[in-house]
Amino acid sequence: MAKYICKRLFMAVLTVFVVATLTFFLMNAVPGGPYEAEKSISPQAKAALEAKFGLDKPLFTQYVTYLKNILHGDFGPSLKQRGRNVIDIILTKFPVSAKIGIISVMVSLLVGVPVGCIAAVNRGKVSDSAIIVIATVGIAVPSFVVCSLSMYFFGVKLRWLPTVGLTTWKHYIMPVFSLSFYPTTYIVRLMRSSMLDVLGQDYMRTAKAKGVSRAVSLFKHALRNAVLPVVTYLGPMMAYTLTGSFIIEKVFTIPGLGGEFVSSITNRDYMMIMGTTIFLATLMVAINFLVDIVYKFIDPRINLK
Amino acid sequence: MYKNPLSFQLKAEDFLPATDEEKQSLIVMRDSVSFWRDSLRRLVKNKVAMVSLFVIVVIMFFSFVVPSFYPYSYEQQQKGAENLRPMTYSQAEQERIANGEKVTPHFLGTDKLGRDYAVRIMVGSRISMTVGLVAAVIILVIGALYGSIAAFFGGWVDIIMMRIVDIIYTIPDVLLIVLISIALKGPLADLSSKAAMGWVGIVGPNLISIFIVFALLYWVGMARIVRSQVLVLRESEYVTAARALGAGNGRIIRKHLLTNCIGTLIVTTTLQIPSSIFTESYLSFLGLGVAAPLPSLGSLASTAINGMNTYPYLLIAPAVLISLIILSFNLFGDGLRDAFDPKLKK
Repeated sequence: MAKYICKRLFMAVLTVFVVATLTFFLMNAVPGGPYEAEKSISPQAKAALEAKFGLDKPLFTQYVTYLKNILHGDFGPSLKQRGRNVIDIILTKFPVSAKIGIISVMVSLLVGVPVGCIAAVNRGKVSDSAIIVIATVGIAVPSFVVCSLSMYFFGVKLRWLPTVGLTTWKHYIMPVFSLSFYPTTYIVRLMRSSMLDVLGQDYMRTAKAKGVSRAVSLFKHALRNAVLPVVTYLGPMMAYTLTGSFIIEKVFTIPGLGGEFVSSITNRDYMMIMGTTIFLATLMVAINFLVDIVYKFIDPRINLK
Repeated sequence: MYKNPLSFQLKAEDFLPATDEEKQSLIVMRDSVSFWRDSLRRLVKNKVAMVSLFVIVVIMFFSFVVPSFYPYSYEQQQKGAENLRPMTYSQAEQERIANGEKVTPHFLGTDKLGRDYAVRIMVGSRISMTVGLVAAVIILVIGALYGSIAAFFGGWVDIIMMRIVDIIYTIPDVLLIVLISIALKGPLADLSSKAAMGWVGIVGPNLISIFIVFALLYWVGMARIVRSQVLVLRESEYVTAARALGAGNGRIIRKHLLTNCIGTLIVTTTLQIPSSIFTESYLSFLGLGVAAPLPSLGSLASTAINGMNTYPYLLIAPAVLISLIILSFNLFGDGLRDAFDPKLKK
């Protein structure tokens, strides 16, 4: 187990390193450098700025300095928001995104798993067919369609829910709904097929033959085994939730990291783009790493390579 | 005549040679069913897959053929025809109708610059379709070659190639697409100003960087699937036979290994199309997709959000269409999988 964890940890660190390197060199490949966009800048001021941020040094030295700073949690200053450091912006904005993200993940799991089970247990009945149809259609709907259409119908037409900001619990309903829509339908399908798989296993018949009640056999024997594929989906789901937050926060004008990232792209705030990319990539890699480890713990049948 | 139960009751005519007619009944009448014919038969039987194929063909017709003879073009701005409701006419057009001219109605109205929205939707879905198809081809070529080479040579080659795949697999794709499109914007803009490279400007740097990222990142799924197939296939007798007959590595991979996992290749490629369309519309929605005058379903929806109170159809039309495209490709891909999967064969 320890060997496996070490190996996965090494891969995770390597991935983060690759992402940081790619980010640095891609951003430096932008012609003119980060200060080119500023219009009224004299050559002297530009040289002073470059000296201040070490941009006059060779690229490799800059790269080493950048990596060193990242390890100390310093992503440099924001180029557009004067006097603020990238890491400060990330740390103030991220909790907002994380809150919506965590709620969405919870909702997807709490809705997706039971609904998938219900479909599997009622296989071939009307409720099963209805769930399959909804899940199949739902998986094809991009998140921006869900959020813009729900905004139109519930926010603008019916005026049931507020459309901008994030102050009361009502503000959370539409963003969470839009963000959890796709993962929920995915989990429903995943859960249904794995539950069907488990229900056909020999040990389910044995349990029935022993006289175990239906509730115990479903919850204790079937559900525990059937939920395993959903655990593997946790990693991709978190990644989806993170990238989905870009859209959701843009549409609902939520002051989170996703919206900040999108606006830093349009403002060409390179330090912010680099910082956020590395931060989010590290987060995703870390989540994937944890999910893999957790998966090995809860399913001992998986052989450790 | 009395029939003795213990007698053999032999008759002379039982030993005559069989007539031609009798011989016919022993010949197996059914033609042998080839892999393709068999799969196609199952596909045609699948109603859901056929309906989605029909939808795909209709959408393709509207996005690739119809705009070429449609009376309006996607970038043509008509003065006085701004923000028209569906099926209404501008002042100028009404006068022309009064003069007895035939004017094509704006089936979906016009946008705030006076551009016919129906043709913009069609061109937008053309972009989505192109992205999906081109990306699928890129992914197919790179993924299939990479996966088969890794599996075929095995050993250290396999380990190193698959570690690279593992790393690429964990890199968040959307973040990298954003980075690459920002980094490539300048160089590609320079490139488009050069002679004979004008198409770069039309397609737009963002779209090209999307393709580059697909080529760099998205093939890993395909590579893994092909590798697992080839690992099984390379142990088969016909590969040994081909090798004994003196076939080189390249020939074995191309002629024997890849052709034998063609079912998997087709299914994975088809299912790759909707996910590429998904990514493209996502990026266009964020403003990172195709360049300005060229519409994409994602960017059309994104622009329509601001005016959705007054002009909801501008939002609903692209939103519904993109979902329909992805849904039909998903269902058709599922149908293909059922048709090609020999495990489901009865």
